Amino acid sequence: MSTLTTKPTPNALLTGLGTFLRARETSILLALVLVIVVTTIKNPNFLFSSDGFRDLLLTPSILVLVAVGQAIVIITRSVDLSVGSTLGLTAYLTGRLFIDVPGIPIIVVVLAGIALGAVLGLVNGALVAFAKVPALVITLGTLYAYRGINVLWAGSDRVNASDMPKDFLHLGTTSYFSIPLLTIIALVVLVAAAWYMRNTRGGREFYAIGSEPAAAELYGLKVTKRILVAFVACGALTGLAGVLYAARYGTINSQAGSGLELDAVAAAVIGGVAIFGGSGTVWGAALGAVLLLTINRALPILGVPDFWQRAVVGALIIGAIVLDRLLALRQTRKLRETRNDSHE
Amino acid sequence: MSISPGTPGPAALELRGVTKSFGAVVALKSANLTVQMNSIHALVGENGAGKSTLVKVIAGLYQRDAGDFLLRGESVNFKSTAESKASGIAVIYQEPTLFPDLSVTENIFMGRQPTNRFGRIDRKAMRDETIDLFGRLAVRIDPDRPAEGLSIADQQIIEIAKAISLDARVLIMDEPTAALSGVEVDRLFAVARSLRDEGRALVFISHRFDEVFALCDTITVMRDGEYISTDNIDDTTVDEIVHRMVGRNVTELFPKAEAVIGEVVLDVSGLTSAGMFDDISFQVRSGEIVGLAGLVGAGRSEVARAVFGVDTYSRGTVKVGDTRVPRRDPIAAMNLGLALVPEDRRKQGLVVDSTVARNTTMAIQRTLTKAGMLTSGAENAAARIWASRLEVKTNALDTIAGTLSGGNQQKVVLAKWLATNPRVLIIDEPTRGIDVGTKAEVHRLLSELAGQGLAILMISSELPEVLGMADRVLVMREGRITAEIMRADATSESVMYAATHASEIHS
Repeated sequence: MSTLTTKPTPNALLTGLGTFLRARETSILLALVLVIVVTTIKNPNFLFSSDGFRDLLLTPSILVLVAVGQAIVIITRSVDLSVGSTLGLTAYLTGRLFIDVPGIPIIVVVLAGIALGAVLGLVNGALVAFAKVPALVITLGTLYAYRGINVLWAGSDRVNASDMPKDFLHLGTTSYFSIPLLTIIALVVLVAAAWYMRNTRGGREFYAIGSEPAAAELYGLKVTKRILVAFVACGALTGLAGVLYAARYGTINSQAGSGLELDAVAAAVIGGVAIFGGSGTVWGAALGAVLLLTINRALPILGVPDFWQRAVVGALIIGAIVLDRLLALRQTRKLRETRNDSHE
Repeated sequence: MSISPGTPGPAALELRGVTKSFGAVVALKSANLTVQMNSIHALVGENGAGKSTLVKVIAGLYQRDAGDFLLRGESVNFKSTAESKASGIAVIYQEPTLFPDLSVTENIFMGRQPTNRFGRIDRKAMRDETIDLFGRLAVRIDPDRPAEGLSIADQQIIEIAKAISLDARVLIMDEPTAALSGVEVDRLFAVARSLRDEGRALVFISHRFDEVFALCDTITVMRDGEYISTDNIDDTTVDEIVHRMVGRNVTELFPKAEAVIGEVVLDVSGLTSAGMFDDISFQVRSGEIVGLAGLVGAGRSEVARAVFGVDTYSRGTVKVGDTRVPRRDPIAAMNLGLALVPEDRRKQGLVVDSTVARNTTMAIQRTLTKAGMLTSGAENAAARIWASRLEVKTNALDTIAGTLSGGNQQKVVLAKWLATNPRVLIIDEPTRGIDVGTKAEVHRLLSELAGQGLAILMISSELPEVLGMADRVLVMREGRITAEIMRADATSESVMYAATHASEIHS
């Protein structure tokens, strides 16, 4: 297998297809298609009604944004458990700005939400990068701290749809060519993030740091800076998600986004992002998010009792991890074998 | 004693009178090293002679305290590995650190990938250059495979490819052949020679003299952090080099009391574990201290771990007295009277966050428990006996073990095992990282224990310690025992010879 000369490729398309079929993301896509097909057979409205189609795309859009950010952080061998609280704070900020600053332009509110998310991410990143405390502990702390600030700020108040301008709420429901705007935003972010992660030095350094931090130091990579960037990116994306959350749901209390961190981590893990960093793609995490929420909506239609639904999600996560482990073992064995071949 | 083979002009690398201390420990007293372009320079010395420290100074990992450091005639002052790298110095370590998840190509170019205007990495250019590099090195490694699962030899080749693509003018290889097979060594040497012929300077650190003499042009000897000599390889001999490496007279340092040597207590026969050690047989008698010498990585600690039952082995037997010690069962080994004081006491010997009393009684906890309960009263009573016998210097038994000095930590570990009343004590590097004064105390203690009839197997990389303490010296080299030397015949030279030469020892 290990030869220097490039193997003659009879058909570039076939090679591409082969790579696609072997990719970890493909199995998630297949699972997703399977869920949609089975559920649609049971109830055609799941896909073929206009509402059904819209919900299929709209529901996962916000989680996709958060999962993409989470994936970047996990790939650098960290984790951000504070994303739920970050989303809550930015969503509440969005509502407050509309109430407290009448006539504020929507774009300013969007940017303010992203900026607050980025700052909250920076706090996480700085604590992780400089205090050298594991991200799991740091962000568990900020999960509570950020939520605490939110409760302190909002109290028992809540922002209602009537407090926000119609144009803004419209963003959460409007569609172009029957594709919801939120989905378009999520897709644009996803494509940009995927491109960055695959094709730039910065993106590859995230993988390098996650794969072997000691080697990253020896290579002279700017590890601290990259960890900060990862957390800021995750925070900013979550901030954007918070603004869109406000637009989509209209009602924001101090508990908005609770528990979202677990969905985001689950999405990344289901999508094949290695929990100890170094491998996986944001595509996978995004697909994981879509699969997770689609299954959540499909199970009641399929007549699965309520209390089983969370168990199914759990099974999905464990299944994904077991699958990754098996694939990794197989690959390690294969790599050892090719190495022995090359020494003959 | 200056020599200038090949090119005249400034040396590729020159260090003069370099010193480096870590707290009270002086790692480099006065190190010199001059490497010419177009040459391969060997750097040799015993374990702890300061070679690695010197390499780390050159690599920019440590900053020297004093002395000159010149690169092509110009004084340099590296504050980081990045700066030394930028000046054209590459270090290839014995076990390279790569990114296992990333492809071979990415591993070579990480952090400096070729990009186009938009910051997009030019994958094709990167891959082509990798293929080109491997072509020049005449090796066959798939540029697209992940680094995970590569052999150590291939990982080193990746490091070398990286160094060439950075156009490093000075390559330092720190014991690169230690983990390589014969074929792989040949390949590495071919690569090294071609790099030399391109005008680069190479520094080759190795304990294998056959390799040093086959490959290198010049050789520098270091001992105890000091420069000893530099010669053309053709003007010197292995005997001369070995003599310079160990040349000192230290046998008087450790007073070893004579002990009555009794019957065989530990009997190891034909012990084999694939890839670790092969056909290891020896005996230790009561009252006897047997030194197990050899270079780091010769397999000494692995033998100790197998004998004690921490690791398994494929063939052979271990007996204490007449009873066979079961494989992979440390509890049974303990009950039969074996004790192992491991090499890394902070990680393996001690619970550093726990108290002195708790650590001392850890191995005898079961005998101290009453109805399943362990009282600190019982612990303290048992610990006090041993702490005072070994003169552990601590104010109170509830001191946290991790805060003690190295020597006192070692005493706590010793106390822990002596509390089990062992018949055989295996002690791995008893005085590593312990200051000179406490060292002598540990030695006195071992000598005393032997006098009381304990059988001691002492693994040590420090020749003076082995020569001073052992009644008999076993020397291991690459997983085999290559020599057994009685105390009267044991000299630095004879032990070093056996540790570095396969079978040609005559003591």
